Amino acid sequence: MHFDKPTYKVRKTAKKEIPKGLYTKDPLTGEILFNKEIEDNQMVVPRSGHHFPISARARIDSLFDEGTFVESDADVKSGDPLKFVDSQPYPERLKRYEKDSGLPEAVICGTGKIYGIKVSVAVMDFRFCGGAMGAAAGEKITRAIEMALTKKKPCIIFSASGGARMQEGIFSLMQMAKTSAALGRLAEAKLPFISVLTHPTMGGVTASFATLGDVIIAEPAALIGFAGARVIKDTTKQSLPAGFQTAEFLLKHGLIDQIVPRLEMRERLRDILAALHTKKAPALVAAKN
Amino acid sequence: MEAPAYVLEFEKPLRELTKQLDELRQQSIETNVDLAREIHAIEKKISATQSEIYSALTPWQKVQVARHPKRPYALDYVETICTGFQELHGDRQFNDDRALVGGTAFFNDEPVMIIAQQKGRDTKEKILRNFGMPQPEGYRKALRLMKMAEKFSLPVFTFIDTPGAFPGIESEARHVSEAIAVNLREMAMLKTPTISVIVGEGGSGGALGIGVTDRVLIFENSYYSVISPEGCAAILWKDAAAAPKAAAALKLSADHLEKMSIVDEVITEPLGGAHNDPAKAAAALKYALQKHLNDLRALDTEKLLNTRYERYRHLGSYVEAGTVRS
Repeated sequence: MHFDKPTYKVRKTAKKEIPKGLYTKDPLTGEILFNKEIEDNQMVVPRSGHHFPISARARIDSLFDEGTFVESDADVKSGDPLKFVDSQPYPERLKRYEKDSGLPEAVICGTGKIYGIKVSVAVMDFRFCGGAMGAAAGEKITRAIEMALTKKKPCIIFSASGGARMQEGIFSLMQMAKTSAALGRLAEAKLPFISVLTHPTMGGVTASFATLGDVIIAEPAALIGFAGARVIKDTTKQSLPAGFQTAEFLLKHGLIDQIVPRLEMRERLRDILAALHTKKAPALVAAKN
Repeated sequence: MEAPAYVLEFEKPLRELTKQLDELRQQSIETNVDLAREIHAIEKKISATQSEIYSALTPWQKVQVARHPKRPYALDYVETICTGFQELHGDRQFNDDRALVGGTAFFNDEPVMIIAQQKGRDTKEKILRNFGMPQPEGYRKALRLMKMAEKFSLPVFTFIDTPGAFPGIESEARHVSEAIAVNLREMAMLKTPTISVIVGEGGSGGALGIGVTDRVLIFENSYYSVISPEGCAAILWKDAAAAPKAAAALKLSADHLEKMSIVDEVITEPLGGAHNDPAKAAAALKYALQKHLNDLRALDTEKLLNTRYERYRHLGSYVEAGTVRS
């Protein structure tokens, strides 16, 4: 027996996570990384701290107390209200997104516990159509908010989205109103909403629920903004400053509360939820469980 | 009244007929020959051609009418249908956005709060109005005035006419996303009747930022879309010249929006577009606003807010367990 051979924990994943293959280059340092190593570290490079995108499922696995997540509305999927056709019909694109991402929609929602604190959650996954918000994604997010309202629990939404789903036209725009109106009711009920912005969060998602958090958290280096860089350049003829629309830019301008590394997310969320919702010091909450 | 200028590409036949008409008139004066019959015939033909063209506008042509340089702008309507408009400036924090203005006015002798996206007509005013593209301060001023309306029980009329919120470095740094998002949430909760009317361009989040209202009205040739046809064409067709195709695919014109329950009423425009008879367009708007305001006044606040919530709650269809729902 070779005792020096590392033993890896077998972890089943439905779909190959980003990055693909066995090795990946760290875009920050150029270091060649074992995919297994970064997967086991929530897609964060241990040495440089670079955050690769993480799938919604993997995020949920690492976020909640083991075995507490219960998915809801898993069978809500996009329709084709406009019968939209560009170079190909929208339903064909949807099939491809589903196949490529292994997900039925760009959002997974449900309830789970973080250090024993029960929350309603919606997690977006950029791999499904760039996380674009259509009516199904908007519906799932709204239901997650309404679930929080019904159960009198806090709501957490992890955003990862290029913005609105163009192929659903005006209906995708209306999801901004729908989700924001639901958050109005949550706020009225004095239930906390924590918005976590991950790479990237743009357009209609940023201009609706994502910036309505009582607390807004971003992951390091996440791209966050309203208009895309190209649109801004074309419209204003300005050159964009270094680091424009990054989480760090937003923090500096006072637009978000914190930048939180993914590996610290669970503890930070616990402390914030404990302060705003359970009103018990985290040590006491943890002791109870 | 000044003769309408047929400046749009699809108005070419009208331009040519107008030219013929001018020539005939000139000829009649110069030669002192009575050409009244010929002139009358051409006038009739212009009217018939106009009717023919405007009764079958494509979605892309309607977008061009919505952006027509002579189209009545928000404050043109406010001046015509209201009295005593008192513009109230500034967001009390940073700036006064001239692309999104507001203030109190009287509508059929009742006080109302006006929120209006305003474009400029000449170059100087276009720059002043930032081409109708509001900045974060505009949305924050709008919210301040809407909250004031709630406090003093005034209904809110919003006039939408923007290609979109301004995309710029400063706009991002002052969190335009948040300014719009907060308006969406607060407008959904505002305890007073609210009506919006899309008078020209309904450009995406920039339009919605003052558009979460009990009733949404739209002029016949206005549009409302998640993205401009040019932007959509550039992304999905990889070619901005595919804008006419994108305009059709997005179903952004008033008739489609009414069928999809995005808007509650389409206001008919005078033949040839609102700019051909602004007074008539304004009168039609005034009538519609009063009718919808009467409807909303009949509801108590709880019912008003629940109806508003449900209005937006059910927009957009999706598939659940194989069944199409909304």
